Amino acid sequence: MKAIKYIGLVIFLIGLSIFTALPLLGTFKLESDTLNTIVKEKKIKSEVFIEDLNSNLVGKTYNGMQEVSPAVTKALNNANASHEKNKEWDKKIYTSPSDMAALIGKKSATGFIVNHKGLMWFLTFGLGIIGALMFILPNIILLGQKGIKNDGIYHKSATNRGWIAWIVFVYLIGFYLLLYFASEYATNWTFLLDPLSNALSGNPAGHWFVYGFMYCTVMTVMAVRMYIKYRHNIYQMFRTTSVLFFQIVFAFLIPEIMVRLQMPYYDFKNAFPLDYDFFFQWNLKDLINSGGIGLFILFWGTMLTLIVVPVMVYFFGKRWYCSWVCGCGGLAETLGDPYRQHSDKSLFAWRVERYLVHGVLVFVLVMTGMTLYSFFTESGTVLGLKVSTVQNIYSVIIGSIFAGVIGTGFYPIFGNRVWCRFGCPLAAYLGVVQRFKSRFRITTNGGQCISCGNCSTYCEQGIDVRAYAQKGENIIRASCVGCGVCSAVCPRGVLKLENGPEDGRINPTEILLGNDVNLMDLLNKK
Amino acid sequence: MERIVIIGNGISGVTAARHIRKNSDKKITIISAETDYFFSRTALMYVYMGHMKFEHTQPYENWFWKKNRIELKKAFVTHIDTETKTLHFKTNETLVYDKLVIATGSKPNKFGWPGQDLDGVLGMYHKQDLEQLEILAPNNKVCKRAVIVGGGLIGIELAEMLRTRDIPVTFLVRETSFWNGVLPKGESSMINEHILSHHIDLRLNTNLKEIISDENGRVKSIIIEETGEEIPCDVVGLTAGVTPNIDFLKSSSIETDKGVLVNRFLETNIKDVYAIGDCAQQHEAIGNRRPVEAVWYTGRMMGEVLAQTICGNKMPYNPGHWFNSAKFLDIEYQTYGWVFSERDKSENEQHFHWRHPSENICLTIAFQKDTKLFLGINTFGIRLRHEIFDRWLTKKQDMTHVMTYLKDANFDPEFYKTFESDIVNAYNIEFGTQIHPKKKSWKRIFSKA
Repeated sequence: MKAIKYIGLVIFLIGLSIFTALPLLGTFKLESDTLNTIVKEKKIKSEVFIEDLNSNLVGKTYNGMQEVSPAVTKALNNANASHEKNKEWDKKIYTSPSDMAALIGKKSATGFIVNHKGLMWFLTFGLGIIGALMFILPNIILLGQKGIKNDGIYHKSATNRGWIAWIVFVYLIGFYLLLYFASEYATNWTFLLDPLSNALSGNPAGHWFVYGFMYCTVMTVMAVRMYIKYRHNIYQMFRTTSVLFFQIVFAFLIPEIMVRLQMPYYDFKNAFPLDYDFFFQWNLKDLINSGGIGLFILFWGTMLTLIVVPVMVYFFGKRWYCSWVCGCGGLAETLGDPYRQHSDKSLFAWRVERYLVHGVLVFVLVMTGMTLYSFFTESGTVLGLKVSTVQNIYSVIIGSIFAGVIGTGFYPIFGNRVWCRFGCPLAAYLGVVQRFKSRFRITTNGGQCISCGNCSTYCEQGIDVRAYAQKGENIIRASCVGCGVCSAVCPRGVLKLENGPEDGRINPTEILLGNDVNLMDLLNKK
Repeated sequence: MERIVIIGNGISGVTAARHIRKNSDKKITIISAETDYFFSRTALMYVYMGHMKFEHTQPYENWFWKKNRIELKKAFVTHIDTETKTLHFKTNETLVYDKLVIATGSKPNKFGWPGQDLDGVLGMYHKQDLEQLEILAPNNKVCKRAVIVGGGLIGIELAEMLRTRDIPVTFLVRETSFWNGVLPKGESSMINEHILSHHIDLRLNTNLKEIISDENGRVKSIIIEETGEEIPCDVVGLTAGVTPNIDFLKSSSIETDKGVLVNRFLETNIKDVYAIGDCAQQHEAIGNRRPVEAVWYTGRMMGEVLAQTICGNKMPYNPGHWFNSAKFLDIEYQTYGWVFSERDKSENEQHFHWRHPSENICLTIAFQKDTKLFLGINTFGIRLRHEIFDRWLTKKQDMTHVMTYLKDANFDPEFYKTFESDIVNAYNIEFGTQIHPKKKSWKRIFSKA
């Protein structure tokens, strides 16, 4: 069994290595016909840029994106500089150098990778999936009987912030930086998924399609791990199935199919303000111009945030979204599960959390207010601030760096819910509802707590669960996503996630159950 | 300002300190020779198993003590002079108190076995035991076999710990079946099976004769009393119960027996000296409880009560209905009220036992044979709601009530398969009743009446 595991690990690492090398491989040769098509499609009016490409790129063979990207970037920057100098604003190119390089790369690739898409898919994704499953499946036997399987977590480098964890940390951060800020390097990856993308939406794959597919793949494989680890716990099985379903069907398949049907790309479960650009001008215009379905999406998206989300939180707590539906939550609960113990439980971290997460909520609301104001008044500025600048700042700092680079990259060191806990504005909104108006609570079972600390250690949201349980108090916290792991790891059956009457939900206790002192005496004396 | 000195930074002492601080401005000092900060003894096993780091066993962050003006002193008390209200430390320092709380807990039992103090023999109680174990049994190369002596809760935990590092374990249990002085036989035998399924070499009806030393004074093997069999081993775990940790009081005038003798107000024979937790011994047992109760929550409760007394709101220690919980490897156990084993059961106590046909799930309900009055329940693999059973015991409900409303009492996580209907069915068949279980009702669960 162990041998299968290690062979699997080797296969996985081979797949991962090939995948990691791909951005720097491949040959690109731009033909002048292709350039003409691009110019037409992109409506490029800059003859400086076209000439530059014609004389410097066309007909030449480039090895790897690291040669294409600088050439395109240089041409584009030179062209724009000259247009700016001559005040030829209509000729300026607003496509980013990175996107332009990706476009040119996508259309001009030749050679092995682009001609063997299926094989290359197998050598990367295929080997990765097979290897990972070979590594995971033997646990059905190796882990032994049903029960809590946390043995050795703090003895292993990967799960105890050892060197493996740090390598994964660096790798993930690098991956996200590439994805968000140098996406032209993802061009080779997109070829591997062209067949699938074509089948779904009818379009070739872009880097976001690659990301979407990877996301689903990683979640599925790691969900298998969850199923094995928590096979004694039906709550975890249901929850894992649910996040997996919503990711694959709602976040991945439906939007792609909608595109094929000439509808707007839309993830029906992605609620504003997590979906922060829902009310951006371009999206509103796009939706309004898409006929009935566009208006329905506009209506649904607004209702989702204003009515569905709070009503559901009232009945079930924010867990219905954060750990049953949400994609970010889905990744955190599958890929991130081995790292849940790293969340910081200190009071200091809680303080930082409250400022930060509510700060982001305020930010997104102000930005959206500005956006809507400028949408209806058709002015680009509010109180002298350029709306598009504010939007760009949010997109880069919060949307890309916080949610992506930090959100996932920090898993191995700071736990799997860094984004959800410190940054997600939707979580902040849900949290406010959960804290003040909800039937959800984690019930503490009388006086049974022995303060062992398993619950706090494995709380991914950094809640010091024990601090409540050992006082006999129910846990009512804005940040609780209801993953149910505190209840699972409790050796004494103290914790239960419940939706019950609001009365008695918050229950501060002076003396715990089991100590029959005269409580009235005690309270009267106070 | 009055100075309260607490010896022992376990759950009893720390709870007392916290509640004294809540209710007063008195000067508080906690003394411990074991650790700098309060930690949860019950969680030591998880550190060895790699579920947690030691710092996770500390329920309060390190700034907590200073912020709450609770002074911590790491020292060992060698003598208490109650005349002058002075503590004498090993370092020859002294400390004067106004009120003294003794909360020094327990220490593992040693019954005078030959070789019991050899290198490689340990209990599993103190933080130092954990550190010892990490040295003596880091893996199955260094520790090729461990022998555990004493089939109680700590014994099975130690076995579980060692098994997580694939160390072969021989588990000597004096009784005919695991913990059957406490558990009825159906449950005890289920645990026997479970122990064996974890590849632990369980030896029932087996006593330790002696521990054999090698030439360096280290454990080499043990000899079994009954058969004379010699079992080679590198570690011997002595887990045959605990006893109050009060040797340092011998030279004082504080009255002791097994533990420090206290009345219902947790007062000793000396004014302004109190004892709480594992080390306290009631002059007369309270209800069915033992005079010395080495249980986590009773220590906590004594701390809660004594704090009231010390803060001028004199209050007797009055524990309510018995409850407890434990975990045997993968099987959770809870108990509410009294279910006695066959050994201690009275004539009029009858049991209803149900066991799941394939899973490790079972329960035993005890009731009075004649009146059907509900006495207590043990469950394995089913979680129950403490409040509900506390209420049923107070209101002296009978078996019909318990069976009818059993669903209210379930505390298993959501979506778990529940077995109340099967259980009630089995009860109906066994006792010829026709009870229909009622659906769970929040209204009943939360009713205060």
